[in-house]
Amino acid sequence: LYREAILKKFRPSLDNILYILHDLQDNNPQQYLAKDDIRVCADYLNVPYSYVHSVASFYTMFSLEPRGSTIIRLCDSPPCHLMGSKSLLAYLKDALKVDVGGTTKDGKFTLELTSCLGACGVAPAMMINDEMVGNLTPERVDAILERRRKES
Amino acid sequence: MNLVRNHVLISIDAGTVMAGARAVEKALVEEIAKQGLSDEIAVLKTGSVGTIGQGVVIVVYPEGIYYANVTPQDVPQLVEEHLLKGRPLKRLILAETPKQTVFKKEKAGLLKEQPRIVLRNCGVIDPEKIDEYIAEGGYMAIGNALTSMQPGDVIEEIKKAGLVGRGGASFSTGMKWDFARRAPGDIKYIICNADEGEPGTFKDRLILEGDPHKLIEAMLLAGYAVGASKGFVYIRGEYALSIERLEKAIAQARDYGLLGINILDSTFSFDIFVMKGAGAYVCGEETALIESLEGKRGHPRNKPPYPVTEGLWGKPTVVNNVETLANVTEIIKNGAEWFKGYGTEKCPGTKVYTIIGNVATPGLIETEMGTTLRDIIYEYAGGIKGGKKFKGALVGGAAGAFLGPDMLDVQMDFVNLKEYAAVLGSGAILVMDESADMVDMLQSVLHFFKHESCGHCVPCRLGTAQLVKLIDRIALLKGSQEDINKLLKISDVMRDTSFCPLGQSLYLPISSSLKYFRDEIDSRIR
Repeated sequence: LYREAILKKFRPSLDNILYILHDLQDNNPQQYLAKDDIRVCADYLNVPYSYVHSVASFYTMFSLEPRGSTIIRLCDSPPCHLMGSKSLLAYLKDALKVDVGGTTKDGKFTLELTSCLGACGVAPAMMINDEMVGNLTPERVDAILERRRKES
Repeated sequence: MNLVRNHVLISIDAGTVMAGARAVEKALVEEIAKQGLSDEIAVLKTGSVGTIGQGVVIVVYPEGIYYANVTPQDVPQLVEEHLLKGRPLKRLILAETPKQTVFKKEKAGLLKEQPRIVLRNCGVIDPEKIDEYIAEGGYMAIGNALTSMQPGDVIEEIKKAGLVGRGGASFSTGMKWDFARRAPGDIKYIICNADEGEPGTFKDRLILEGDPHKLIEAMLLAGYAVGASKGFVYIRGEYALSIERLEKAIAQARDYGLLGINILDSTFSFDIFVMKGAGAYVCGEETALIESLEGKRGHPRNKPPYPVTEGLWGKPTVVNNVETLANVTEIIKNGAEWFKGYGTEKCPGTKVYTIIGNVATPGLIETEMGTTLRDIIYEYAGGIKGGKKFKGALVGGAAGAFLGPDMLDVQMDFVNLKEYAAVLGSGAILVMDESADMVDMLQSVLHFFKHESCGHCVPCRLGTAQLVKLIDRIALLKGSQEDINKLLKISDVMRDTSFCPLGQSLYLPISSSLKYFRDEIDSRIR
């Protein structure tokens, strides 16, 4: 039912598809586009299911798999790479015991890589849901994970 | 009326918010009230003041003293010492080098002698208040244009100024507008490309966060010149604060009648809409961006037809980068001759750079075209961090070129760099010190391209995958000379046959890294 309310916010015009998908994903408790999300979007815009799926799968901000409540997006573009994101990735994988794209067993964290976030002045940087954090070290990562574990 | 004796500017941009700027702002307002200074001291929010990675930065005027890494706990002492007792709090003052303890704006290395055209208002005005923009001469250019210039005059002025696109392709902005103006049709569009994704670049974000009205005014000028009545700003989805600030600015401009029907009582009508991207580097390419705006996968289109004749929904469309548009407003306000007083003969004006990596003070700077890499690194960015030696720089983003020490003194502008098989691109300068591993850096660049290749054309889709295989092998010390030759050969073929600039520009980082760092790369070969 909440999906109806989201759709109503936008004109049923194809150029609104990214806005609709953003909104549906943000409101899905598992932070992804479920089949139902794609279906209601397709029906609303009067396009085939496959069309919406093809658009959703093209953009990296959309996920077609369920994700944890906290999504960690570590930047691995050259500037962050130079400043040590490679070793941070190894550290994060080890701390969360997941691979890139994976979600922890308790459903709390999903680890992803992202292209440049434009936070290169404080590289290495990552996004935690909508929040940017920079100047990362293993100690800072630990503190952030700890805080998130408590919050959720 | 009360006389304000001090203005305290606090920089609220994505970087400082990350460091807790909102908490510091709250603490400042509260502490000033507590000390009974609310009538004498004004706290103003502004965009980035040009410092990066210095935590929360505040500037106290009229003294012009910069404080860095301010926390809410520092605020009571800061207010008491500086604002109450008039003694600058030395321990928090932003210092260029540890030796210098107090310096003012004019002497700050970060802002040293920067001719500010694009960034004129960034870090000076409150970007969320249209009145402050107007007080700085804002919306005068569109006022002048609507009352005393024909659309063709606006285009002539931009042509005369010699402005070229700042997004990377460096095409003449005036010519682009002229083509769109002459294209048949009643409906035309202006698109501002704010899908900034070139690794190492965040200039457009800071312009959007620091001076959004300048962009609105420039789009109005473009719309008037070309004959368009609708504009779109395509911003990448990750730039939450930019989207928020721009939407606020658009709403204010509508309130003031600066967007909408019959602007300033003229016959000109124009409105602007924000479009949020969803994460695709290739959408920075103008035709891919248009596809995405139409609600499709962001695949590039065949050119020709170019967007100026057949763009958004098949209508003539101008696509301009954020920085390009920011220049437009100033050119119309001050004239082409004024603009040509900056920069080089072939390339007038300034360029905004993001300088990052192993430098003492990474940040955002604006310098005249033709400034050398040496000046940018050593004069503006405080030199190499930790006194190490300069090894190389990746200039122009991932689709740019690696440059070695002998390029330090070359004048950098769009035209001159071409002679050295390099590009200015988006203006990202990633500086590497002597400890950088060039194979590792090249590997990172190639992996980036493999991830961002949209899969539309074969040379890029297969080429990036092969290049990654080769560089991975070389990095594991399992490569051969043949592999290095293949890197060159494949990227050459991609340059000639790829569908869009993404695949076409990959030869740049490959050939340039081999040109300057061949010995190091060879040393990884069995």
